[in-house]
Amino acid sequence: MKLRIKFKKYGPVRFIGHLDVMRYFQKALRRADIDVAYSTGFSPHQIMSFAAPLGVGLESNGEYMDIQVNSLPDPGEGLTSCQILVQRLNAVGVQGLEAVSARILPENAGNAMASVAAASYTVRFREGKEPGPLEIALETFLSQKEIWITKETKKGSRQVDLRPGIYELSWDGDAFHMLVDASSAGNIRPGQVIQALLDANGKKAEENALFITREDLFTETAGPEGAGERISLGRIGCEDPQREEGR
Amino acid sequence: MSDKLALSDEILLNIEKPERYIGHEYNAVMKDRDKVGIRFCMCFPDIYEIGMSHLGLQILYDMFNAMPDVWCERVFSPWVDLDAVLRREKIPLFALESQDPVKMFDFLGITIQYEMCYTNILQVLDLSGIPLKARERGEDCPIVIGGGPCTYNPEPLADFFDLFYIGEGETQYKKLLDLYRECREQGIGRKGFLRRAAAEVPGMYVPGFYRAEYHPDGTLKSFSPTEEGIPATVRKEIVTDLSQARYPTKPIVPFIRVTQDRVVLEIQRGCIRGCRFCQAGQLYRPVRERDVETLKQYALELLQNTGQEEITLSSLSSSDYSRLPELISFLMEECSRRHTNISLPSLRIDAFSLDVMSKVQDVKKSSLTFAPEAGSQRLRNVINKGLTEEVILNGAAQAFQGGWIRVKLYFMLGLPTETEEDIRGIAELSNKIAAVFFETVPKEKRVNGRVQIVASTSFFVPKPFTPFQWAAQCTKEEFLHKAYLTRTAISEQLNQKSIKYNWHEADASVLEGVLARGDRRLGQVILRVYEKGGIFDAWSEYYDNSRWMDALEECGLTADFYTHRERPVEELLPWDFIDCGVSKGFLKREWEKAKREQTSENCRQKCNTCGAAVFGCGICVIPRTEKTPDDQAADTGR
Repeated sequence: MKLRIKFKKYGPVRFIGHLDVMRYFQKALRRADIDVAYSTGFSPHQIMSFAAPLGVGLESNGEYMDIQVNSLPDPGEGLTSCQILVQRLNAVGVQGLEAVSARILPENAGNAMASVAAASYTVRFREGKEPGPLEIALETFLSQKEIWITKETKKGSRQVDLRPGIYELSWDGDAFHMLVDASSAGNIRPGQVIQALLDANGKKAEENALFITREDLFTETAGPEGAGERISLGRIGCEDPQREEGR
Repeated sequence: MSDKLALSDEILLNIEKPERYIGHEYNAVMKDRDKVGIRFCMCFPDIYEIGMSHLGLQILYDMFNAMPDVWCERVFSPWVDLDAVLRREKIPLFALESQDPVKMFDFLGITIQYEMCYTNILQVLDLSGIPLKARERGEDCPIVIGGGPCTYNPEPLADFFDLFYIGEGETQYKKLLDLYRECREQGIGRKGFLRRAAAEVPGMYVPGFYRAEYHPDGTLKSFSPTEEGIPATVRKEIVTDLSQARYPTKPIVPFIRVTQDRVVLEIQRGCIRGCRFCQAGQLYRPVRERDVETLKQYALELLQNTGQEEITLSSLSSSDYSRLPELISFLMEECSRRHTNISLPSLRIDAFSLDVMSKVQDVKKSSLTFAPEAGSQRLRNVINKGLTEEVILNGAAQAFQGGWIRVKLYFMLGLPTETEEDIRGIAELSNKIAAVFFETVPKEKRVNGRVQIVASTSFFVPKPFTPFQWAAQCTKEEFLHKAYLTRTAISEQLNQKSIKYNWHEADASVLEGVLARGDRRLGQVILRVYEKGGIFDAWSEYYDNSRWMDALEECGLTADFYTHRERPVEELLPWDFIDCGVSKGFLKREWEKAKREQTSENCRQKCNTCGAAVFGCGICVIPRTEKTPDDQAADTGR
């Protein structure tokens, strides 16, 4: 049975790298006595995959990992198996790596990483690193048909058009909110968007000026008219198999 | 738990592995700083990954934090990148849990595991804003305590420590902290506390209350207390009933991969074998076992409380643990049920260990380890290493039949009385093992047609409280010549293509020898090296030999004085004031026997009256009839 666990990452543990977060959950799942499925061989490992690595220093309210389990905890005290699993995981966890929910995925559900299409972020400037008033407003910035930036890669630099991958971008007086492409082909980092905006204003962001929180990850499903509909990775599957069957 | 971090995001995002400095690991202990009376900062003066792999630190952390009025936290050496930032931005070094400056603590306890970390001790003090020299510290500074194996000759570090705790930490810390509390209530200051600690608490050595005088030739003339009531000798502290001692069954689980990335089950302390080069084998006498049922319970709790995927056993010689087969069978069963691995320490190679290893490792990928330490039987007798060539070759043959194709061999160069013939023995033994492979394994069964033998040599460094504490150590040039002879001899062997040879660097071995058997005058040398920028000497890329040699010269000292002369047995040694149970008379007898190439029995076979029986525990109090379940195997020795 495949489970998707949604978790948050915040506070000091935001400096834990992606691979170490994975190692952390492998250990936490053992401590919580979750009946995780293992590979075979001399060094059996848990069958586990993460939706999208989160950069060091970023916080998140919507991280996902998929695991394979042989069985679920018994439901009880008004809680579903999935809720009990979340409770048990948090009872043996550290502050700042907090399980939010668990859902049973349908058998045909795609791999978490491959199914990520978009990500939403909240972006703030750190204290003392605010760029000052921007002359070119967001509306103008977004009205451009193309927003070209230079992307540094291992093989050199190349030009990329950000515009098609910026699905939403707004400013609420305190923070930017954005929904951008997070697919493996067209992944956009929030820093690139803010930098492009500052560039348009002739300004440059200071190093580490941004405090970024990933809010959620989305996948695209075929909509009624065949057009892609973005839904949160956390909405796929169900929390309670019994109730689901009764529907 | 507090979200406060001592370092800004800007700093943390610009250094390697910020996880080293943020704390918050699972099982790290948080307390309310306003509700504890004593704050103890435990330091391992090397990077986090190494310090967090040290069992002793976890034991003391657990012990202190079990005391309701005490909060024990951790600090490690910041790596060179953060070191530079802390100096540049004048950020005081902080403890991981509360992220508070180390200087705020009541105690800074530093575990001293190897000589090459001495400059890192100064780094930690300096970055904390604590004066490097103990006598310059005021009432606003923590009491700086040293512990660990290097404190059996604490003299080179005497200037920098307020107090050394000689021996195992479990026994006297409660008494020491009670005394501290009492002194604080009575308004007795730093010096008064230290005086009372030295006088009243067993195992405490306060270097400030002792004076060393030297002969014109540089040897020690006298070493004595400067005040009434301060003891002339300090006896080591040990846990007499190990099974009753606390064990950290909720060790901290690091986020990052550390060197010892697994749970550790300490099965016994001490060693029955009296290998004459081995300091640990003498320091931790008598051998004391933990009860096997207790260990099984600990193993289950450790795995449950950490979620670690691997468990290993810790001891100086696991094969000598009397209930090893029972313990290993239990662990194998539990581990396979929990998808957990067992990482076996180097065991004596016999049918039992090969069987066990074949079950827990991938035979084709793992290698088999022998530590003959010396190439010839003559020299193995000198060092009292009971392993014979016959045993090694038999073990190798069994292993090759079992499918192993890699063998690691550990030797030392520069042992007392070593000749060129002994060195050639290293090559010849390696060659014979390769020959055994070709004799044992038929051609069609050979994987890639090859056996891989890796012979490694380290350079012998004489250590205090061993029978070789009087021995002359080789110079760098002699060491390198010996490595050259070894390499040449290997290249002349018939099976030389199957043998790979590694040797250690010689510079650092000489310096290690200087610090290991040094005296108080080396304090100024260590200080100079640190002031010239020396830190992380244990890391070859940061070790600068010329810095050390220059500093020695500037202080009017030479490396040869400390290392290259054989010391007469009458000479007063800088560590003679410490009583580690094993008597100087016993060490002298062993030194004489070594020169006569005579071996000594191990503790299970016969008591050699080393003196450790004074502690009245462990193997010293078990009737001998019960000690010989497996004398034949005990003979083969690892």
